[in-house]
Amino acid sequence: MADPDQSDIGGEPKLRFRNDEPHEEPAVTLDSFLGQSNATAVRLESDEDARALLPHIDRLALVEVAFPKFRDGRGYSAGRILREAGYTGELRAQGDVLVDQIPLMLRCGFDSFAPEASVDAKTLAEALSRYTAVYQKAADARRPVWALRHG
Amino acid sequence: MYKYDEYDQAIVDARVEEFRDQVRRRLAGEISEDQFKPLRLMNGLYLQLHAYMLRVAIPYGTLNATQMRMLAHVARKYDKGYGHFTTRQNIQYNWIKLDEAPDILAELATVEMHAIQTSGNCIRNISSDQFAGAAADEVEDPRPWAELLRQWSTFHPEFTYLPRKFKIAVIGAEEDRAAVKLHDIGLQLHRNDAGEVGFRVFVGGGMGRTPMVAPVIRDFLPKADFLSYMEACLRVYNRYGRRDNIYKARIKILVHEIGAAEYARQVEEEWAHVKTLGLDAPAAEFERIAAFFAPPAFETGLSDTIDRSDPDFAVWLDQNVSAHKAPGYAVVTISLKPTGGIPGDATADQIDLMADLAERYSLDELRITHAQNVVLPHVRKADLYAVWQALDASGLAAPNLDLIGDIIACPGLDYCALANARSIPLAQKISQRFAATQHDLGELKLKISGCINACGHHHAGHIGILGVDRKGVENYQLLLGGSAAEDASLGRITGPGFDEDGVVDAIERAVDTYRSLRTEGERFLDTYRRVGMAPFKEAIYG
Amino acid sequence: MKLLTGNDLATGDVIWWAGDGWSRHIAEAVDVGPHAETLAAVEEAARRVNGPYAIDATQGPEGPRPAHIKDRIRAAGPTVRADLAIRPADANRGEWVI
Repeated sequence: MADPDQSDIGGEPKLRFRNDEPHEEPAVTLDSFLGQSNATAVRLESDEDARALLPHIDRLALVEVAFPKFRDGRGYSAGRILREAGYTGELRAQGDVLVDQIPLMLRCGFDSFAPEASVDAKTLAEALSRYTAVYQKAADARRPVWALRHG
Repeated sequence: MYKYDEYDQAIVDARVEEFRDQVRRRLAGEISEDQFKPLRLMNGLYLQLHAYMLRVAIPYGTLNATQMRMLAHVARKYDKGYGHFTTRQNIQYNWIKLDEAPDILAELATVEMHAIQTSGNCIRNISSDQFAGAAADEVEDPRPWAELLRQWSTFHPEFTYLPRKFKIAVIGAEEDRAAVKLHDIGLQLHRNDAGEVGFRVFVGGGMGRTPMVAPVIRDFLPKADFLSYMEACLRVYNRYGRRDNIYKARIKILVHEIGAAEYARQVEEEWAHVKTLGLDAPAAEFERIAAFFAPPAFETGLSDTIDRSDPDFAVWLDQNVSAHKAPGYAVVTISLKPTGGIPGDATADQIDLMADLAERYSLDELRITHAQNVVLPHVRKADLYAVWQALDASGLAAPNLDLIGDIIACPGLDYCALANARSIPLAQKISQRFAATQHDLGELKLKISGCINACGHHHAGHIGILGVDRKGVENYQLLLGGSAAEDASLGRITGPGFDEDGVVDAIERAVDTYRSLRTEGERFLDTYRRVGMAPFKEAIYG
Repeated sequence: MKLLTGNDLATGDVIWWAGDGWSRHIAEAVDVGPHAETLAAVEEAARRVNGPYAIDATQGPEGPRPAHIKDRIRAAGPTVRADLAIRPADANRGEWVI
């Protein structure tokens, strides 16, 4: 997982956890993406199948996954599926994304966030540093406790 | 029993602080109730009729005396001196203050307890067989698997915003004491033809407004692939479970709509992929967990003889004491269903007493059952009389396990914001009406829900009662023929509903019908299944 | 008449709008007429109440009586625990609720 930058406390929250330059090309719809060969950014609605992107992940630089309501958790699976297939570009969660959900989304492979409501920097920093141990292997680099227990 | 290590403790402690901060943000106005509600629900905190209600997890229904005493302490210090044991093997407190909830969680954490995921659209507390590790008919103790599931499901990054809540039960015996076929996922350890032990996987059972008995989607799942298979089951559900209608969002609807075979195919396909990701904990981790559940040091050379000279004790012995796998030991079920009492409620003093008895007589172990009773799993037969005397002195010796007085009832309209009718007063009347005749009626499982959500398991009662609101007046529908055991079935509604006294009379007529039609050794359910609804309907409405 | 009710945000207690603030006792509740929505919004924003809602009630000799049994149980306490009633001494409570 990207290290939460504590120096952000009190300022603008850090919502992009990548070191490369932000991708400027606007994201196109999945239909539009599949219909053209040169787009490098796509937006996936919550009812769309992330696996449709798998044949094209080498040319993708940005996937924006929609979270129309915070209760709609399909995007968590979409994120993992893309990372499991080897996608390394930017994976952005956009929509009704709550600060308390961002740690889980990071674990599912998301590395940038575009929440509709503003996020408090201090609350986010605390949320990101709160859990020092996790129980599952997921799409991030964190080692689950069963791996730590058995070296 | 499982003991936390530094990692488990760190996770639970972090949760307490997270919730403390969430409560602070709510009370300070930094977040609205809409934003706070899902956060508090993930910690089992509801807003009910009279106050906040806190549901504390009792993982797979197992706890020790120290934990049990903590439950009594919480009841005394933060509530009104009692708690309610639930059909999910948890405990609920009815009079909680929001500003004290973080302190309660902090106290619980000191004894390795929490309220994590006791509500919300996530994987809930894992339930299991209350006789696990003690039952004579067990293939293997299911609790290490339940603990593995507890850890895997805790703050699962992908499965915390599922379409709807998700309940998993694990058993290791042929006799089903945990209603596995009425869970979202039911797992049964069993031995295959090659002599290996693995899981039979049931998916898509449940109660609520669309009750379903779960089909088997895989008859034998090797242990080594356990977590990756669960991961695949949940991922298919998370992606394709319905989110357009809250009443159709449980996995049972998905499995029903696409069919068990198609659901199983999708899971296998996902699993083929997921299995390659290294998500399964290594065997060493399972061994580490299983070691905590190694059989306790049972004494050998104990006598199996029990002095039955006290007739009241003998009645209780025959009804509430079950066979143990170790010679000289027995399993005691403490009924929380005294005649005229509130099913599942126990006072702080009673909880303390049960803790004392567990420490002194049951190798420091207790279990909570889905029928809202408490089990002392490892009692020497020589101690049974002393245990009974102590229970009897505290109103805990009701000799009615699995009889009509052993009623499952949800809190109903006396406590619950969702309820349409009261459940408890009805349970009280029924237990009083049949107090004298219940032993003659034999096993008769009566279950009452105060609304369609079916927390009182009415679909699965040999006799079930569903409370409804008919133009502002409480009305009760009667169902017959349900079962939550290995012979799982769903009850059928008899016909038009009744008022409170009317339904008690109707049950008496149904029970009289059973008595007149039963053959030797037949339970109420057996007779109903043999003769069908007609004679009962005739007697009830005639 | 219309009453405004809800739960105290911090304690969870059932509360009733009593004209100049909230009361634990329904006997002190007042008719909010057409102002329920406005009042609820103001009080909720001030975090003095959680989940406020308006109900129908009738004025009786002992004060307002909610039209629906759910709110009568909220006003009186669980029917199965007389010892935990809001007003434990009230002998007619059972009749009032049902």
